[in-house]
Amino acid sequence: MSFKVEHEIHTRRFGRNLGLGLTLVAFVVLVLGLTVVKVTRGMTGHQMDAPGLYGASVPDPEKAAQ
Amino acid sequence: MTDVQAPQTLQPEAGFGDFVQLLKPRVMSLVVFTALVGLLVAPVSLHPIESFAAILFIALGAGASGALNMWWDADIDAIMKRTRSRPIPAGQVAPGEALGFGVALSGISIVMLWLATNGLAAILLAFTIFFYAVIYSMWLKRLTPQNIVIGGAAGAFPPMIGWVAATGSISVEAALMFMLIFMWTPPHFWALALFMKEDYHAAGVPMLTVTHGRKSTRTHILVYTVLLIPFALWLGFTSIGGPIYTAVAVALNAWFLYGAIQIWRRDEAQAEADKYKVEKAFFRFSLLYLFVHFLALLADRVAGGWV
Repeated sequence: MSFKVEHEIHTRRFGRNLGLGLTLVAFVVLVLGLTVVKVTRGMTGHQMDAPGLYGASVPDPEKAAQ
Repeated sequence: MTDVQAPQTLQPEAGFGDFVQLLKPRVMSLVVFTALVGLLVAPVSLHPIESFAAILFIALGAGASGALNMWWDADIDAIMKRTRSRPIPAGQVAPGEALGFGVALSGISIVMLWLATNGLAAILLAFTIFFYAVIYSMWLKRLTPQNIVIGGAAGAFPPMIGWVAATGSISVEAALMFMLIFMWTPPHFWALALFMKEDYHAAGVPMLTVTHGRKSTRTHILVYTVLLIPFALWLGFTSIGGPIYTAVAVALNAWFLYGAIQIWRRDEAQAEADKYKVEKAFFRFSLLYLFVHFLALLADRVAGGWV
């Protein structure tokens, strides 16, 4: 048996905290999903590099032909 | 001297739902729909997770600008019947909280859209938020009766951002989707202003109905409807148009024009007599008009367009 009186403000605060918590969890899941998609597609920030540059995801066509 | 002190006025703590209300969920639903269509009709398709993230952050950005708008307009929202129950005038959310919420959410949505899609889409979203919160809400809304025309641009950006999120560039199709909403907004809102006159008047917002009179507003509705039609039809002959969109656009625009002519031909005595029946019907139809145009674009995308 609880002696603590539940005030309306506690219910409201709990609702807000729960909502915020679930939003943050959803955000983390989304960022994780996005990361997986970007990494598996090889989009690590090098897709705009010129062909043949060090670390570029686009191979140098001349070297590839050799 | 007494130990008894007057109780301090407590700001009620906002619930989760109050913060959701700050995002203007009804406006957000239109943003989600138009941005989604802009993204889906684009010739480049994103991964479903990227698409989901893009739509989510475009919607959150729009919601953030709504929160900033509510923070700035809390004084006039408290006067107008339509907006009196919004979280700030109703005392559910403190103005500072709404400001912080709006600014934080703006930053998050812009950065996340950039990471999920591309820089141009994020820049367009940032500009949309700035345009709605600063140029429209803070500057022009209380200054000029053309506020609705200018404010319409903020609502017109989402399909363009959706398109840019997928393609990385702006094209004639994106510009025409923008123009469709931009030119649609004035007749839509002025029809509302015709039958909600007391509200705007009481708040001192320079609505066209107040500054230029109701006859002039009726003329403006007709003129903007006539200007809207070429953009709506032109979209049918671009790469995202097709027979379905064109047929739907012809029918909807003919009906919209008919409604605008009816409004233009009426005077206040007639409108008062039937309690603004025609204006209210025109307003309701305008919502359907926009929704069905975008739905038809989606249908043509599925059906293959003109080919």
